[in-house]
Amino acid sequence: MMDQLPALQVMLPMVAAPLIVIIRHPFWSWLIATLISVCACWVSWLMLQQVVDGSIIRYAIGGWEAPTGIEFYVDRANAGVALLVSGLSSVVLVYAYHSIKRTVDTSKHYLFYAGWLLCLTGLIGMVITGDAFNVFVFLEISSLSTYMLIAFGSDRQALVASFRYLVMGSVGASFILIGIGFLYAATGTLNMVDLAARIPDTESPRAVLVAFSFLTVGLMIKAAVFPLHGWLLNAYHHAPIAVTAFLAGTATKVSLYILVRMFFSIFGDEYSFGYLLLNWVLLPSAIAAFVTMSLVAIYQTDLRRMLAYSSVAQIGYILAGISLATQQGLTAAVVHMFNHGMVKATLFMAVGCVLYRAGHAHIPSLERMMSRMPFTTTAFILSGLGLIGVPLTVGFVSKFTLINALMEKGWWPAVVMILASSVMATAYIGRVVYLMLFREARESSASGEGYQEVPLLMLVPMYALLALGLYFGLFGSQTLGIASGAAESLLGGYQ
Amino acid sequence: MNPLWTLLPPLLVIPFIIGFGEARRNLREGSILVAGVVLFLMNVVLWRSTLAGVSQSSGELPILSNFSLQLVVEPMGVVFGLLASFLWVVTTVYSIGYMRGHDEKNQTRFYTCFAIAIAAVMAAAYAGNLLTLFVAYEVITLSTFPLVTHAGHAGAVRAGKIYIGILMSSSIALFLPAMIWVATQAGTLDFMAGGILHDTGISRFSLAVLMGLFVFGIGKAAVMPLHRWLPAAMVAPTPVSALLHAVAVVKTGVFSLLKIVTYTFGIDTVAASGAADWILPFTAFTVIVASVVAFTKDNLKARLAYSTISQLSYIVMAALLATTMSVSGGVMHIVMHAFGKITLFFCAGAILVGAHKDSVSQLDGLGKRMPLTMAAFAIGALGIIGLPPTGGTWSKLLIAGGSLDTGTWFYIGVLMLSTLLNIAYLLPIPLRAFFKPLPQAAQAQSDPYHDAAHAHLDDHEHSSDAPAACRYAIAVTATVTVLLFFFPGPLTDLVALIPWR
Repeated sequence: MMDQLPALQVMLPMVAAPLIVIIRHPFWSWLIATLISVCACWVSWLMLQQVVDGSIIRYAIGGWEAPTGIEFYVDRANAGVALLVSGLSSVVLVYAYHSIKRTVDTSKHYLFYAGWLLCLTGLIGMVITGDAFNVFVFLEISSLSTYMLIAFGSDRQALVASFRYLVMGSVGASFILIGIGFLYAATGTLNMVDLAARIPDTESPRAVLVAFSFLTVGLMIKAAVFPLHGWLLNAYHHAPIAVTAFLAGTATKVSLYILVRMFFSIFGDEYSFGYLLLNWVLLPSAIAAFVTMSLVAIYQTDLRRMLAYSSVAQIGYILAGISLATQQGLTAAVVHMFNHGMVKATLFMAVGCVLYRAGHAHIPSLERMMSRMPFTTTAFILSGLGLIGVPLTVGFVSKFTLINALMEKGWWPAVVMILASSVMATAYIGRVVYLMLFREARESSASGEGYQEVPLLMLVPMYALLALGLYFGLFGSQTLGIASGAAESLLGGYQ
Repeated sequence: MNPLWTLLPPLLVIPFIIGFGEARRNLREGSILVAGVVLFLMNVVLWRSTLAGVSQSSGELPILSNFSLQLVVEPMGVVFGLLASFLWVVTTVYSIGYMRGHDEKNQTRFYTCFAIAIAAVMAAAYAGNLLTLFVAYEVITLSTFPLVTHAGHAGAVRAGKIYIGILMSSSIALFLPAMIWVATQAGTLDFMAGGILHDTGISRFSLAVLMGLFVFGIGKAAVMPLHRWLPAAMVAPTPVSALLHAVAVVKTGVFSLLKIVTYTFGIDTVAASGAADWILPFTAFTVIVASVVAFTKDNLKARLAYSTISQLSYIVMAALLATTMSVSGGVMHIVMHAFGKITLFFCAGAILVGAHKDSVSQLDGLGKRMPLTMAAFAIGALGIIGLPPTGGTWSKLLIAGGSLDTGTWFYIGVLMLSTLLNIAYLLPIPLRAFFKPLPQAAQAQSDPYHDAAHAHLDDHEHSSDAPAACRYAIAVTATVTVLLFFFPGPLTDLVALIPWR
């Protein structure tokens, strides 16, 4: 059983998805999806326990050994990401029950939950697979199901958002496929460990260079790195809020993980950053992301859109850590993936609670939320502080590590820019909190109408995630320990 | 004793505050008094064992991989801890009178946030490293925000925005990178005698920039141009202005600077590198200009706020002069100014509750109606000016002596000029109250339909003086202000224990 964990991880949601389609009952499909997701989360936890000491699991699918067959490759770097993905999926699924009932027609629930499980399959598969082509396959599984999930959004704009994402996502996926093709042509293998070994002495370095470029751009589209982030805003805005919470915490993070895996493990940091000077591509786009996007976020009138812009900015932080290509910088990037995933998911869940009761997320109309929905507002404020990076929250842990890493490398302008964007984060979160706490209700809406708190099944998962965030804010050394192990594995390349 | 215990009373009392609530307010406030007294006694224990030379520290909480939260007792922290815990008790007594007399809303929230702020002040006082200090600093900012916006009206909310805006952005944009810079340079953030930066090979220019980041990043020290939040915060209820914006919050700012200069930079490093030379003019400017602005303010609390800004910069200046004598003077001035200023704020609140007046120009003749309050005001004013028989004399003398040690006459001149300005804006208030006649007669004439005799009687019933609880508190702080002149011994003994090198 313990040897089969990597396979279980992917098989569980994959097999459960068609099962849900057969059952077709809204409640049972939700329950199955949730239970399967929790099981997947438990499996990732067990897997992380096995590799946390630095050991590696190489699992040959169907008993076909690596060069011939496909293998799963699990180490410290990706076991944590798998745990993040499956954990967030479980928490958000519990939350989704009421939220989805409101936005999705009951007759289509089974499709929604089946799609969710397929998305989970794809994301986890991308993370733990050790085969480059397999990455593409799982990427397509997750992408296609994501398009469907986004299209479930309650307004018609969701269809447009989904279509835009489909176009951009397909471009990205094609680029990735082309990149993988070139790699195969240059090296004759698709196994990532073999790729890493054969790339340095390939006979056609130009093909490798082309592959590198296509892969980089393709993954940057999927990860919504700054100039290529256009699809994310509408997708996050119009998707059902539970989907947004799930995707915000996981989808872009998984793409970033693949990006990092590629830069450091397959091509090697010497090639990516020493020879190709990738940091001069990544760092400017990272800085542009967290400065401009934080600035734009201040002026948004819809809560979801504001958080979407903030997500692009936060991806910039992660990218800045990656572009350092040092142990410290990569640790900061990995730890920020976790921390931001938790914080953003909590924030979107809080927004979902507001949507559930108020029916809108128009920031200027969010007056007196503290007296109407005290628990939701408290959760929003606390995780908002985490986003800003106030001490004792997870945001502080990642920001401290990132700035420390930048200072060690002596990149002072980047430090200044991060601080500027932090101050802007204070502004956009502060503005919402200000309205929630102090804005007097206007005459029209004040007349006798007060929303109640949302159902317990929405509050509990939100608070569970919030509590986890607060815990890791206090005991940041634990996540930092795992992250620095992950960074070590990534920088060390494949053994 | 483990200094972590000092966080317990203010935190443990919160469930009691919320549990008793508005319905049983005597129990609620009683529980705060008990917690306050326990906290003060704990600080006394820490004080006794510090005098005995026992080193006391808490365990470590690793919130980052190489850096953890830790509390360590050292003499400077004991001074601040004793001060804050003692004044918490006194202020609670005062608030009982004030908040009830003034019929404030949401008193439970008020006392809860107040207790959180006190716990954070204790953490700041005993912070064993820069990280702990930073965390406590931010918790204080956040927990006092609801106190500033307590009244809930548009003015209070606008003030709250300025308050949190300036304090949060300065700490994130300047204080945070300064701290991380120290971590990068020295590899540690611990407070150590003689500092941690002297042999890290950091250049003089970097030291100067770093010092600037600290002085302006710690917005609570209110060095101009980062002072705007302090006058804005005066919309808070008077007990908040008194304890937080004359003692706990602002003193956390200057205390942090004193601690950073002494234990992170090391006074020798600061003096030798001249890192602070370019900032000293800012403090001198603040001392003078804030005094001048105070002079122009008619609102009593605004005048006191600007006086606080000026006095805080004395301490910052003392820290940056970086001689043993000036830094000792700075530490003592924290205490001396605290007692003087809290007395003045208590009096301002008492005048507001008792006589419903908040402007200097309305105080004519009030001395006959509120003799005790105005007498205490006079003592507090002397304390701020630094005249005998008040404790402020000693600290001002030490700061002046310290600036003499550095060989420049300029800062002595600044101190003397500011003292003259202090006299000019503070002493007229009690003089006015005692020697000018009540404007009662004039009022009666201008309003012929008003029954002057009845109004007078009415006034007397309602506002002969402040509530009893307020008067007790005022008496205590005014007395201590005087006692510190005659018996500064315990304080100087503690200050003498500060490990400079």
